[in-house]
Amino acid sequence: MAKKPMRILPEAAKNLFKKAATSKYPFEKAKLYEGYRARVVFEKEKCIGCKMCMRVCPAKAIEIILAENQPQPQTGPDGNPMPAKKLFDCIMNLDRCIYCVQCVEVCPKKALAYTQDFELAQLDRKKLKLHYK
Amino acid sequence: MAKITIPLGPQHPALKEPENFMLVLDGEQICDATVNLGYNHRGVEKAAENRNYIQDIYLIERVCGICSHSHVSCYIGCVEEIAKAQVPDRAKAIRTLIAELERVHSHLLWLGVAAYEMGFETMFMYTWRDREQVLDCLEMITGNRVHYGINTIGGVRRDINAEQAKEVLSKIAFLEERTKYYVKLATEEPTILARTQNVGKLPNKVALERNAVGPTARASGVKMDIRKDEPYFIYDKLDFELITYHSEDVFGRVVVRVLELVESYKIIRQVLSALPEGPIAVKVPWKIPQGEAVFRYEAPRGEDIHYVKSNGTEIPERVKVRAPTLSNFQSIPYMLKGDYLADVPITIAAIDPCMSCTDRAVVYDAKKGKTQVFDWEELRKYSIEFYKKKGVNFSGK
Repeated sequence: MAKKPMRILPEAAKNLFKKAATSKYPFEKAKLYEGYRARVVFEKEKCIGCKMCMRVCPAKAIEIILAENQPQPQTGPDGNPMPAKKLFDCIMNLDRCIYCVQCVEVCPKKALAYTQDFELAQLDRKKLKLHYK
Repeated sequence: MAKITIPLGPQHPALKEPENFMLVLDGEQICDATVNLGYNHRGVEKAAENRNYIQDIYLIERVCGICSHSHVSCYIGCVEEIAKAQVPDRAKAIRTLIAELERVHSHLLWLGVAAYEMGFETMFMYTWRDREQVLDCLEMITGNRVHYGINTIGGVRRDINAEQAKEVLSKIAFLEERTKYYVKLATEEPTILARTQNVGKLPNKVALERNAVGPTARASGVKMDIRKDEPYFIYDKLDFELITYHSEDVFGRVVVRVLELVESYKIIRQVLSALPEGPIAVKVPWKIPQGEAVFRYEAPRGEDIHYVKSNGTEIPERVKVRAPTLSNFQSIPYMLKGDYLADVPITIAAIDPCMSCTDRAVVYDAKKGKTQVFDWEELRKYSIEFYKKKGVNFSGK
């Protein structure tokens, strides 16, 4: 095998005049691809409370609970009271979430969706518990 | 001169992972070495028995940060075999694509780590910079850089479109150019040759005896690659070479990995040029029927084996992970013997160890506070003595 010393030198010299490979992230915006998965959001109107998301969540980060204020039963066209659709709240524990978005995939009513909002660090742990009402 | 035993680790002996090596030194030379595992035991297998099959995908993915796709594909292969799911061809092709991109990223990472252990930090910087390209590809296709989450039981979760395929190809072209340069660098630079040739010798016979896998075995001339021996996904339809090298030392492991990069680019091109049409997943019921399965997979570090046993519910009864590093650890004491202490980091790094994959079980003596490794004869004697004390005695004395 032919030994050729200092092969890295021309390469290193070439790179002296190149733009830095790193990005100045907190000062510059990070480049994200379209399918990047970050914080999951919840739409109350669509949720039917099947709790499939709770069943598939590998980190047990999501919780669907009955909302505090439920709508009053309405009167139907025949005069009898009709039960109103139940409303649900969603609690997202961002400190547990691993952003796999399996919950979004499994939701039959598309009540959950993922965003690209990834800057979620907090100093106070309580702030990581999001209550979508 | 008296022999001295020194512990290496558990704080970061080679990579930034905990593992302990006890080295018996005669001056500067190593005359004996033992590997002590168990500093990174996380109970993943037990945790898998408390979660359903879907949740386990994401748990098993986290067995390893670098070969995450390998572990999941291996686990899912078992589950699909038990459930008798017919995975669509397109899903298989996408899995192959991600597997090869992962191999590229893992081998580039290793090349950087090996260069770093040798003290060749310029090369470490360049390989890791180039590795960003393949990580970008993975993020673009799957939505994440490391834990891709592309696999699901019965197929894949995301499809790949023409634009993405084009961008992957352009990045692969760039990487191929760079890899050609690394091949030259790794085989001609005298510093690399001086640090790797005749270091960490593992003769072909010993590699077979000690069950070395992956590039470690292939660098000792062992022709083994699960992609060839027992093709899964679409590997049987692809044209690629099995890379082996005859030098049986660390240098051989460098060469095998660098040349495997070139083969991976070839595979990626083939997969993207003939991506089958059709659905990307089939529906698999929540409850997996009773049964058990074993799946073998060629991870970047070697042969990965998973075993899944199902009892007919939605929760697996047993999941067993045999990571490639565990298999390769058997060869380390042999490789270290006769080498100098200074060669230890590169020799350990040369098997591309992944400690967190490996730590599954260890014999631990709580009273003495130390780990103990039994051989078969000792274990037999120990078991006989143990039961003799309890009154179980076959000799009748």
